[in-house]
This record gives sequence, structure tokens and C-alpha cells, in this order.
Amino acid sequence: MCLAIPSKILKIKGQMAEVDIGGNVKEVNIMLTPEAKVGDYVLLHAGYAIQVIDEKAANEIFEAWEEAYNALQ
Amino acid sequence: MHSNKKEYARFLLDSIHREIDRPITVMEVCGTHTVSIARSGLRELLPEQMQLLSGPGCPVCVTDDLDLDMVMALSRQEGIILATFGDMMRVPGTESTLQQEKSKGADVRVVYSPTDALQLASENPDLQVVFLGVGFETTTPVVAAALDQAVQLGLKNFSVFSLHKLVPPIMRALLEDPEVKLDAFINPGHVCTILGTEPFRFIAEEYGKPCVVAGFEAADILEALLMIVRQYREGRPAVEIQYKRAVRPEGNPVAVGFIEKYFQPVDARWRGIGMVAESGLDLRDEYAQFDAKKRFPLDIQPGVRRKKCSCGEVLKGLKLPYQCPLFGKACTPAKPVGPCMVSTEGSCAAYYRYGRKKAGVSS
Ligand code: SF4
Repeated sequence: MCLAIPSKILKIKGQMAEVDIGGNVKEVNIMLTPEAKVGDYVLLHAGYAIQVIDEKAANEIFEAWEEAYNALQ
Repeated sequence: MHSNKKEYARFLLDSIHREIDRPITVMEVCGTHTVSIARSGLRELLPEQMQLLSGPGCPVCVTDDLDLDMVMALSRQEGIILATFGDMMRVPGTESTLQQEKSKGADVRVVYSPTDALQLASENPDLQVVFLGVGFETTTPVVAAALDQAVQLGLKNFSVFSLHKLVPPIMRALLEDPEVKLDAFINPGHVCTILGTEPFRFIAEEYGKPCVVAGFEAADILEALLMIVRQYREGRPAVEIQYKRAVRPEGNPVAVGFIEKYFQPVDARWRGIGMVAESGLDLRDEYAQFDAKKRFPLDIQPGVRRKKCSCGEVLKGLKLPYQCPLFGKACTPAKPVGPCMVSTEGSCAAYYRYGRKKAGVSS
């Protein structure tokens, strides 16, 4: 339940951002990561960004997440 | 895993075998780790001196049946929409589940985010939307953020039934429990994304036990285990971060600020473990109008707990899931008796899914 997934910020509109999660575009809330900018990578949990991470970290986590996600299917 | 990752995992495993110089029992306190360990079959590959136990790492599994009875009683009231993460639907209270309540007519909605519950509240001004707040420090800031939005919007029909739990106090409770024998912890990765390392320092400083924040791949876990072995060899217990990709020592102070703004620590019931001081969160008194427990006081008799489920012992690492007499027989993921078998991240479900053969239990 504490799984968090990486995504890339495409657009910011106030508290909300459009992010790319492995090719899918979603709206998420970024009020917990006010420092996040367009182009940054963030970890998402339950519709909110919870931490800004770097690109390399995002790619590594994404791989791990895919593995974990497949395991749960 | 990629081949270089496989090689790296092999190297880590060899190093653990070579370097371990005393028996070490490690507990992981995160359901995602539980799944990753069960799935990768890591346990079988580690030296005999190293034992891995699964702790109370799944917020679904630790939700007490008496607390759930209250939530279900609330869901039966007229004019209430109960919004919950899907994981909670099949978790048994003493007599029923939210899913059963829903099939009997309660308005229970599964949401992916507390934002969806805010949306429900704006769309249904004549109904009261109650969000069931479960989760550890990874999830609590998200619920606090939704509360902040509800306050900004002046929503009059949104409240939170908080069953949120805190990880550091339960780790202390386990360390204080004379029955539980532990030498080190693998700390939950995403809880530490929020909290950082400071709230866990007492484990190294007061109890002299290593704590390593780990990522979720098999290689991450192995790396964390090697770090634990080395802390023991070198006699310097500490809180270390293996999962540097997502965890900073300071955590996310903004998120912690939101938790502290809306919630205050209270004593909380953990399933099978009992009351643990200051281990849960309720809304602060200032936000009583958003606190479902205050807005909809319930007068229900406590139900009778199921006795046969060994969840409590499993959550404390005293029993492995297949040592529960119901495991794989009366209790399976299709017909769960305890929450540890409901949640995909529950220890029993993880063992059932990945460990049956090794445990010598037929399906
Ligand atoms: S196998 Fe089922 S009954 Fe036994 S401890 Fe696990 S969840 Fe509880």
C-alpha cells in the first residue's frame, strides 16, 4: 500500500500537474512538493507527488516498480 | 532482472555469506518488501545465520477488527457515502466486511485517491462523504493535503475517519516486547521518503540495532542486508539509507508539516498486537468538523474477535504464516480469514502466493 511510482512533470497549473507515467498522462496534485518544476521527476502516491527525485533514480525505480507490479498481478 | 543485476545480486549474496559472523534476525516493516522477498525466494538463498521476519508492514493488515466494526456501522447510516481505498473492502471486522455491507445496500465507494473523495463530496452536497483514512506516513500526508483542500474549499460534507498508524512507535513496541527477538530492521522505503532517518535514530542509539532503509528490488534488499551485516561486524549500529534514489536524510519536510498541521498522535489499536501508545493519528481538535469520529459518534458494542487467526503473532514475527493452523486451509486469498491474507502485501498472502511449495503446504 505504500508503493510510490515515478513520473515526469509535463505541465503545472497551480496545485495540479500533468505527469507522464510510463507513457500515460495523468493529473496529479503537487502541493506536497512545492519545489517541483516542469521536467522534474516525482514519486506519486495516491494521486499526489510525495518527493522530487532525479531522472536516473526515476528510471531505476520504474524498472523495480514494473517488477513489483507484475508480481502483484 | 538484467544479467548485470543478477551478477550484482550474486556478488551481494556471496558477500553476505562470507562476512556474516553472528546470527542476525532481520525484520522488514513494509508490505512491499514482504512481497519482494517472498517472490524472489531470497530467504532460501541467505546463510542459515540470517533469518528474515515480516513485521507489521501492511496498513491494511494492522487495522483492528473493532475499529473496522465502527467504520461498517457508520457505512450503514443513512445519508453517508463511505469512500475507501480498494484494499480495505474485503478486510474482515468481527462479523462483516465493507464489501458485504455494500452488497447489503451501504453506499461504499472505492477511490484511488482522497481527491476522488473530495470530488464525491462536491458532487453530492446533500450527502456526507466520509473518507476512511488508513495508511502509514507514506499515505497520511496525502490525506492531510486533501483535508487542506477541503478546508480551503469550505466543504461541509467531507470528513475523515482516521485509522492512520505511525511506524516508529510500533518499531519501538516490537523492540520492547520480550517475546520478539530482533537484531535489525529493514526500514520501509516510502515511509522514509516522507520521514527521513531522524525518527528512527532511537533504534540505533537506544537499542543498538541497525536499521537500513531499502528499495524494493531483490538487489536492494540484499544490499541492505549486507549493510546490516557490516554494521554488526564493525560494531556501529546506525540508520543508513540504501534506497538513496528516493530517500533523503531529511525526508520531505513539507509533507511532514501537513501531517502535523492536521493530525495529532493518539494511542491506537493494532490488530493482534493491541493498544500501542501514541502509535496512531486522529484529527486535531481544531478540525473537529472534518473528523468523522467526532461528527458521527457511534454507539456500538464491541464485537467478539475471531480467535483462531494468528495474524497478531504473524505481524510480530513470532509465527511464520504457514505455522498458522488455518493457513492454506480455512484461510486462502479467495476466502481470507485474516487481513494478512486479504491484502496482496500481507505476509500470509505473500507466503501463500510464492512460498507454498517451499513451506511444504499443498494448495
Ligand atoms: S493464515 Fe489467515 S488466519 Fe492464519 S494468520 Fe494468516 S490471515 Fe490469519
